[in-house]
Amino acid sequence: MSGSRLQQILSEGGFAVTAEAGPPRGANAEVVRKKGAALKGYVDAVNVTDNQTAIVRMCSLAACAHLVQMGVEPVLQMVTRDRNRIALQSDIMGAYSLGIKNILCLSGDHQTFGSQPDAMNVFDIDSMNLVNAVKTMRDAGKDMSGFELNVAPRMFIGAAENPFADPFEYRVIRLAKKVAAGADFIQTQCIYDMARFKEWVRLAREQGLTEKVHILAGVTPLKSARMAKYMATKVPGMSVPDALIKRMEGAPKDRAAEEGIKVCLETIQEIRQIKGVHGLHIMAIEWEDRVPEIVESAGLYPRPQAD
Amino acid sequence: MIVAEQKTIAEIKDMVAPYSKLLIMGCGTCVKTCFAGGEDEVATLASALRLAFKKEGKKIEVEEITVERQCEDEFLHQAASPIARNQAVLSLACGAGVQMVASRFAKTPALPGVNTTFIGILEKKGVFTEKCLGCGNCIVDDFAGVCPISRCAKKLLNGPCGGSQNGKCEVNPETECAWQIIIERSKAFGQMDKLTAYVPPRDWRTSYAGGPRKLVREDHMV
Repeated sequence: MSGSRLQQILSEGGFAVTAEAGPPRGANAEVVRKKGAALKGYVDAVNVTDNQTAIVRMCSLAACAHLVQMGVEPVLQMVTRDRNRIALQSDIMGAYSLGIKNILCLSGDHQTFGSQPDAMNVFDIDSMNLVNAVKTMRDAGKDMSGFELNVAPRMFIGAAENPFADPFEYRVIRLAKKVAAGADFIQTQCIYDMARFKEWVRLAREQGLTEKVHILAGVTPLKSARMAKYMATKVPGMSVPDALIKRMEGAPKDRAAEEGIKVCLETIQEIRQIKGVHGLHIMAIEWEDRVPEIVESAGLYPRPQAD
Repeated sequence: MIVAEQKTIAEIKDMVAPYSKLLIMGCGTCVKTCFAGGEDEVATLASALRLAFKKEGKKIEVEEITVERQCEDEFLHQAASPIARNQAVLSLACGAGVQMVASRFAKTPALPGVNTTFIGILEKKGVFTEKCLGCGNCIVDDFAGVCPISRCAKKLLNGPCGGSQNGKCEVNPETECAWQIIIERSKAFGQMDKLTAYVPPRDWRTSYAGGPRKLVREDHMV
């Protein structure tokens, strides 16, 4: 065991709740603490994004360390876009030394989408390789070169999956590969297309994958009809049904945000009924302050206490 | 082939401005095939430069030559005299060709007239696409004959990213997702099982990551 509360809850068969928090575009730790304070007690762990959408922000590692200091358990998100294997392994050791016990291994949004599209990328290894490297560090106590580490970083290892990207038939194969590579938990892309999500979980269940890995279903509450349309057309690999866009358009402008929360709560209730889903991952983009009421309204509060 | 694209006239004009006697040197192999620096492009560029400078009242003598391959010493001999009687040479060959000229002729500035873009193919008339990064260790046999290193924007070896949709790459909707093609081809010849195996990290030493590369063929040395 890594000593991660998230791991404890999931391994005891509980329904876990995580939320995402983006670090600030600057060095202000107060922003991180404020988000952490808002989420404290309402979620089991807080994912801290790693320069998401390729926009430069405070590093995930430092923001996670701020959360640890205030008693909030972080999930360190780490992308292979910006760092080679030397830097990645080094950061993982450093993160563990600071009390960070969960990691989410990602490839990362391509830098051409970000604020500095003229940057060079790295992609020395891919997210699958990163999962495997963290597992080797933890279980074999060795780095990627086979060198024995004095203290092994005992991380609880996460990976992402997007059931809505193409080709669909490969998505479960890829999930199986991530599980074999060492993923303990999966956080999915946000779900608006419930039919497709259910089909993906069904295929995963058929292959026995939901017995081997904890699947946390992703949700992102919509703030407006415009956001729904943006998600549908501008975010790669996203599926937003027309009916949902129409529903958001149908809500009065000043009530659209509440409608978005309502949709989110309905999605959560459906997710909780799906066999093989072990938790929820709430990605409330720059809307972290609404997470507590989502968790409460969904009947997921209070959260289990740590031992 | 090595695909290249001619620099703009404005850029070339600025580059050659300090000289009054200029040799434009084409290459008859890759850059000819991709319409960037063969005999025809040399002639067109020479006329355009003469005209542009004439308009500005500046005198420039432009001489033209095209050799079979600028990257091979034996083809450069014929350029020795023209290079000697000019102040600079504007090479329309790829980055290798222009540097071969630079190393062969120590006293003459060698200027690049094209941008070397990639190793690629002529996909259809007028369209060239990248197919190889020259990583030094070809593995397309594991990927249904498609290279994920050069054709996936994230160099992913273990399957498509979460941004692949309708067979297109998230980075550019006009680019085909390499993984979509890998999966479709693998299905077509019943080799999907190959794609279920974990692909370990690459050893990049055979690529540019190991520093400038050199290939020695002792059986061909004299």
